[in-house]
Amino acid sequence: MDTLELARLQFAVVTIYHYFFVPLSISLAALTAGLQTAWHRTGRPHYRELTLLVGKLLMVTFAVGVVTGLVQEFQFGLSWSDFARFYGDVFGPTLAIEGMLAFFLEATFLGLWFFGWDRLPRLAHLATIWVVAIGTLLSAFIILAANSFMQNPVAYQVDPRTGRAQLDSFWALMVNEVNLVAYPHTIAGAAMTGGALLMAVGAWRAWGRGPTARGEQDHLAWRTLARLGGWVTAVAGLAVAITGDLLGKVMTAVQPMKMAAAEALYVTQAGAPFSVFAIGDPRSGGEPLLSLDVPYLLSLLAHGDPGATVQGIDDLQAQYVQEHGPGDYVPWVPVAYWTFRLMIGTGMLAATLAVLFLWVTRRGQGLVRHGGGLAGATRGVLAGRGSLRTLLGTGVLACLPLLPALPVLANTFGWVFTETARQPWLVFGLFRTEDGVGSGLTSAEVLTSLVGFGLVYGVLALVWYRAVRHLVAEDLTSRPVRTNGADADDGDRAPVPTY
Amino acid sequence: MDLALLWFGLVVLCWALFLVLEGFDFGVGMLAPVLGRGGAQRGAALRTIAPVWDGNEVWLVAAIGAMFAAFPDWYASALSGLYLPMAALLLCLAVRGVALEFRGKRDDERWRARCDAALAVSSAATASLLGAVVGVLAGGLALGPDGEVAADGGALARTAGTLAQPGALLGALGGLAAATLLGATYLGLRTTGGVRDRARAWVGPSAGVLAAVVLVAGIGGGLPGTVVGACVAVLGAAALAARAGREGWAFALSVAVQAVVVVALLVQDAPVLLSSTLDPAWSVTIESARASAYALSTISWAALVLLPGVLAYQGLAYWVFRRRVASDPVPT
Repeated sequence: MDTLELARLQFAVVTIYHYFFVPLSISLAALTAGLQTAWHRTGRPHYRELTLLVGKLLMVTFAVGVVTGLVQEFQFGLSWSDFARFYGDVFGPTLAIEGMLAFFLEATFLGLWFFGWDRLPRLAHLATIWVVAIGTLLSAFIILAANSFMQNPVAYQVDPRTGRAQLDSFWALMVNEVNLVAYPHTIAGAAMTGGALLMAVGAWRAWGRGPTARGEQDHLAWRTLARLGGWVTAVAGLAVAITGDLLGKVMTAVQPMKMAAAEALYVTQAGAPFSVFAIGDPRSGGEPLLSLDVPYLLSLLAHGDPGATVQGIDDLQAQYVQEHGPGDYVPWVPVAYWTFRLMIGTGMLAATLAVLFLWVTRRGQGLVRHGGGLAGATRGVLAGRGSLRTLLGTGVLACLPLLPALPVLANTFGWVFTETARQPWLVFGLFRTEDGVGSGLTSAEVLTSLVGFGLVYGVLALVWYRAVRHLVAEDLTSRPVRTNGADADDGDRAPVPTY
Repeated sequence: MDLALLWFGLVVLCWALFLVLEGFDFGVGMLAPVLGRGGAQRGAALRTIAPVWDGNEVWLVAAIGAMFAAFPDWYASALSGLYLPMAALLLCLAVRGVALEFRGKRDDERWRARCDAALAVSSAATASLLGAVVGVLAGGLALGPDGEVAADGGALARTAGTLAQPGALLGALGGLAAATLLGATYLGLRTTGGVRDRARAWVGPSAGVLAAVVLVAGIGGGLPGTVVGACVAVLGAAALAARAGREGWAFALSVAVQAVVVVALLVQDAPVLLSSTLDPAWSVTIESARASAYALSTISWAALVLLPGVLAYQGLAYWVFRRRVASDPVPT
């Protein structure tokens, strides 16, 4: 591989990895704040235990997000220094303002929250976790504005003297029409990751094979956690679908090539069908071996009108050659096509599981596992002996280990789709990816750092997984309440709440 | 007022704050296993930085972000020219942050001991790498006309060429000594018991090494004579203050030295931001690297509104956690 390909691979690896932890941090921060508020208002002890647990999950997740996020801020200068020079005037202020506005808030107040239980007045302590949650949401908005610029460059002009982009309006950069729909879509996707994790953990402890709850109180707590996670996943799943539809329409307007690639639609078509799946070479003229289409759906999704014309890849390629000169403007179609479907599929599966779970556990009911497993439960229902609830309960329990991974996969497929289907552009229509790498960079350097990141990130993932596995297997019942002594701090463990 | 000049000052300020605040974080990380006898004492030492280290590290985010926003060419040349050292720095920071954050999440001595070892090694590596990087940036890079360090001699030569120079080696040693000094004086100020008593012994030697590094840098022309003289005198005073049990003074004087050295290194070539060792015409300067007037005024307004708040709530965090941490069991 040459330097460009290695640099792209490295960007993909460190960014995708970073994004395993970001959505989880965003949602866990808000969920911790919500749980602590519930405790604050009701005084019911299980909310306190859950606040502490989810807060610890937030701490370990946030830590990995922070150290891998630092790499994000550096890598535009490390490997993509020519991009940094050309677009620094637009791109730099977003990163600087994100740091000053949001990241300082998150980092400082998370420390105040975790270690401040017995140092801050009760209401002030509750406020600190809300500040963290708001900080993560602000962060995401500004960073997504930077990405939206790459998808749909706005608010800039090219300086005729230097040939570089110059920022015109920071406000216009923030309210890029892509950002205004990509942001809620991304936040809803983030909410699903936290929701699915809590639902899986709660169900695993309340009814699954996890360590048994130690009594009524504990069981109630795990059940509350699971139902909370289920609601968040289901509602966020609906929000993801609605905002995804809006984003698809905006994207069709600003990057028609991306959406044509997502559908492998080569020929411009009126009343275009949506392809559920297709196997074989979909290029113009060739018939797929096996496919399933929903008539008119693509036109409806792209333009809100079943009869609308959707531009195909071949026409767009010809149009871009006229606009930008000779070149290949077609992204990697199989990747675009399949990541788009896998994004929708994994996300919908998570939301469906959440809805089924909420239905089965409604009105105080529990999840019941069939003695004969999924096969036994199915046979029972088919023979008219078993109940549907048992079948669904057994099914949800069987899916638990997979559940937290589903929204994470959906997020990852979504980003791989939107970034690869923008190629060959780094900033759409303006700046090619191949022009972004600094002239001095060598493939040996990128390979070295890639191996380094790979090794360290691999260890971090393992350590994170083990810490989370340990935290969710612990008993909820808190340690004895410690006295509020001036010098009685014990190691670096957070003091347990004393009020 | 020239906003580019203001932002040069702000970038320098961010670097100085980062290297002071994280300087003692690194020092505490390195010294905790040495000064802490047993798990409880190690934990107590680390408890002094646990609530605040993350906020401290954001000053690095601010420094890099400010460079990117106000001087895109400075950001691009400094990072791409120091590609491998910067990548190594990021990896060390990653190990350090995770080791510190994860050690308390399991009630298991072996887990903690492993985290502490990883923390100590990565803290030492980060402190020396940062010192080397600042040393190199102060001395300049072999920038070509396009602001890049060419890879004529291959990738290895590109990295070795930047790191195998006196500025880098002195910087690495100075970074290590400064972090040790800051960590020892901070622990003296923030703990009681065994850790506090033993921390004192590390102040004199680390101040001595740092003074020697500053002197050599001065002789080599890397630091102005007045700065060298002042720093050596203040380091001596810090060592004396620690010996006399004046922990607040020892810490404050150490902070002053770190801040003065960092500022002196970064501003001595101004208006050159990053000099080219090949041809002065290829150096990155405040004028050549400055962002557009609109971008500069945007980030200036943002900084004017936001930075006072940042300083205030970070100050609040230090005030909330102002009490000393007991490293020995407290009789009840």
